[in-house]
Amino acid sequence: MKKFNLTIYFLILLLLPVLGYGQIEGEVLKPQNGKFLLKGGTVVTVTNGSLENTSILLEDGKIVAIGAELEAGDATVIDCVGQYVYPGMIDSGTRLGLVEVGSLAETQDYAEIGNVTPNMQALTAINPNSVAIPVTRVSGVTTALSVPSGGLFPGTAALINLNGYTPDQMYTGFKGIPMNFPTSARRGRWDRRSDEEIEKDAKESLKNINDIWERAITYMKLEDADASLNYYPEMEQLAKAVRGDLPLLIEVNKAEDILKALEWIKEKEVKKAVLTGVSEGFRVAEKIAAAGIPVITGPVLALPSRSSDRYDAAYSNPGKMQKAGVKVAIRTSDTENVRNLPFNAGFAAAYGMGREEALKAITIVPAEIFGVDDHLGSIEEGKSATVFVSDGDPFETKTQIKHVFIDGYKIPMTSRHIRLYQEFLERSPGLEE
Amino acid sequence: MRKLTYIICSLLFIGSQQLTAQTPKGSVLIQNATVLTVSQGTLEDSDVLVEDGIIKKVGKDLSASNNVETIDASGKFLMPGIIDAHSHLALDVVNEATAPITAEVAIADVINPFDVGIYRALAGGTTIAHGLHGSANAIGGQSITMKYRYGTRNPEDIIMKEAPRTIKFALGENPTRVHGRGKNIQPRTRMGVEAVIRNGFNEALQYKKKWKTYNQSKEQKNSKATHPEYNLRLQTLADILDGEIIIHCHSYRADEIYMLINVCRDFGVDKLVFTHVNEGFKVAPELAKYTMGASVFSDWWAYKFEVYYSTAYNAAILTENGVITSINSDSDELIRHLYHEAAKTQRYGGLSDEQALALITINPAKQLGIDEYVGSIEEGKQGDLVIFDHHPLSVYAVPQMTFVDGIKYFDINEDKDDQRLKVSPTEMVEPVYLQVEEESCMHGVELFTEGTTFHHSH
Repeated sequence: MKKFNLTIYFLILLLLPVLGYGQIEGEVLKPQNGKFLLKGGTVVTVTNGSLENTSILLEDGKIVAIGAELEAGDATVIDCVGQYVYPGMIDSGTRLGLVEVGSLAETQDYAEIGNVTPNMQALTAINPNSVAIPVTRVSGVTTALSVPSGGLFPGTAALINLNGYTPDQMYTGFKGIPMNFPTSARRGRWDRRSDEEIEKDAKESLKNINDIWERAITYMKLEDADASLNYYPEMEQLAKAVRGDLPLLIEVNKAEDILKALEWIKEKEVKKAVLTGVSEGFRVAEKIAAAGIPVITGPVLALPSRSSDRYDAAYSNPGKMQKAGVKVAIRTSDTENVRNLPFNAGFAAAYGMGREEALKAITIVPAEIFGVDDHLGSIEEGKSATVFVSDGDPFETKTQIKHVFIDGYKIPMTSRHIRLYQEFLERSPGLEE
Repeated sequence: MRKLTYIICSLLFIGSQQLTAQTPKGSVLIQNATVLTVSQGTLEDSDVLVEDGIIKKVGKDLSASNNVETIDASGKFLMPGIIDAHSHLALDVVNEATAPITAEVAIADVINPFDVGIYRALAGGTTIAHGLHGSANAIGGQSITMKYRYGTRNPEDIIMKEAPRTIKFALGENPTRVHGRGKNIQPRTRMGVEAVIRNGFNEALQYKKKWKTYNQSKEQKNSKATHPEYNLRLQTLADILDGEIIIHCHSYRADEIYMLINVCRDFGVDKLVFTHVNEGFKVAPELAKYTMGASVFSDWWAYKFEVYYSTAYNAAILTENGVITSINSDSDELIRHLYHEAAKTQRYGGLSDEQALALITINPAKQLGIDEYVGSIEEGKQGDLVIFDHHPLSVYAVPQMTFVDGIKYFDINEDKDDQRLKVSPTEMVEPVYLQVEEESCMHGVELFTEGTTFHHSH
């Protein structure tokens, strides 16, 4: 009997690989947690210059050591000689995770019904398994602000790291409330409103915003006075912005509107405000700098907003604002092509910002704006192990990104785009008559 | 006597009109540049002499006559003018979305030489663009190859007269949405698209036959044959069957690409270019063998469902499989940095500098049938040139000067802020546009589409 059992076990054991082969399509690559020594590369710290021939040790999700002579111990050693180690790039404005296929309503989760819906949480709708996420992170973009849009207060944006199986695992410490500042600009060529209508709409929107803001102040005061309040989630959320717990991300682009927004911020004594978009920021850069309000601008690869503008108005906008003394971060405002962030920064660099400042605009500057510079935005001991390794300047189109680490996880360097490349570069069967 | 004066004056006037109708041509000597010829490798520290719009000589230590402008391009890079095989820039109307086949309409009728976008494209090194009809119809209108001679007020001057005729076809979601779902007529599916095109070609065959019969009987004595009714739509389709028109077909999925290859093979049509062609990589061997090539986006995907299963490695896979491949813009924005779009094939697929540059020069020229005139720096070709301060495939490259037919249309050192040719007297205040994504494939057919306007509607 015992012998029979053993034979069966043996047979099953023999068959296992065959069964397995029938079920598993290919090797599944998962993010790996562990201890890694990135050895002998040029470490571009962002905050502390570039360190040649330097290693960094990643352990428990953190950068635990930076130095020339680090002991590997039991860490997996990754040879970085001749390569560069950068902090993960941060895109300060995207729809990543909130939409899968641009034109399909069923997959669009960035705009809820209603004009005032600040309580709508981007973090809830972010799909950790969106195909766009692996496509993005293998480019070295490790972190993105996912932003709802539409209406006056479309929702609450969330900063996510591009690794994790639940939104909470991806969340990395910042939320903000976007607000669309009333605009006297046209939304596009298809916007056929008359100048008077536009003016009227903008006035009405501003009146609306002021009313809502007043209500949020009242709500906050009542809350602070421990009053018993009716369920009013919109005001509960906005009260956080009034109190200064959550920043207001004010989307504004036309020069005149930017000035009005600065005035509004001052008048309402908004505690934490960030301007976003700001495509005509170069026209009023001094005023923004004087107000001390940070800016998230982009896309840089964009057309000028006026026909009379210089052809490179959008390329040179970040550099002009930065030179005037504005704290400038760069965003793509994209969904599936957030991987173009380094190229947006590259164009900003070429058109006046310079490489160093452009790199800061997608690393340490957004980290500071979001208040997450204690763990993101530069390579420093104690910060999150969110870094990537490249064989050159990551803004250069030719450069290859070799390794990506997010919160200490070694990211598999694959995506659907790469898998399709591997399958179809040499198709089999090839051409058949 | 007086009469004679009038006649002479009139003749002189007509004559001068004829002269000014000639597109302007220039002469220029560019010295000491790194010349990226595209067809004959890279020439270090070399000169290019353009005379009367034509590249006269490429070599070292060239000299020109006194009145020819000489430009010192030491430390700079010279490449052929960039060619965009798919654009809707500088067109007043893009779609005639009233029937599944509208082969009779012509984009040449709606060129807008005043579009400041032309200048912006020149400032990005683009000198030629294929202005296409939109993608609302299975067989759309006849397109036009444009040379960006900015400054002219005459649309005729924008047309590249040497270019062969082209026409726009479209497969997939756009024609099925506009006609099938929008108007409840065929095509509603990819099957319907095939049927519409086959029906059109078959009708054109019958039309050709009628005319052939008439022309033969006309020769006979005392013939009473009356000529068949002239039909521009069918005549255009007949011209396609006769190989006089190159098809540029908007397409995304591999199945529909394969379908049109089969349809064209059945009708003996071999002048066929696929455009956008996001899933072209899946049928690369077929594209290599049976078509004039594929003009793709560098990295666009996921903006609609039919491009969800595509890859940024498309251009590299196609190139490595021997397909004549180009990178197109379909965007007033991307057309300004096609050199950067081409460079993305070095990140996605590791193409060489030569391969990447061909994607925006000689390859689109081949797809438009104009490669004997433009697309590389060779003696005898037209003087369309761009000077860059860095290698054009670097993200830090900034175009310095752009020439069309030897005439400088962009010079970064003489660039004014406002380059408009015409300021509208009816606009009190110039409008400011946010999220400017102008003429697209589906421009003018919003009425037939569902939902809101999206960032990409191509």
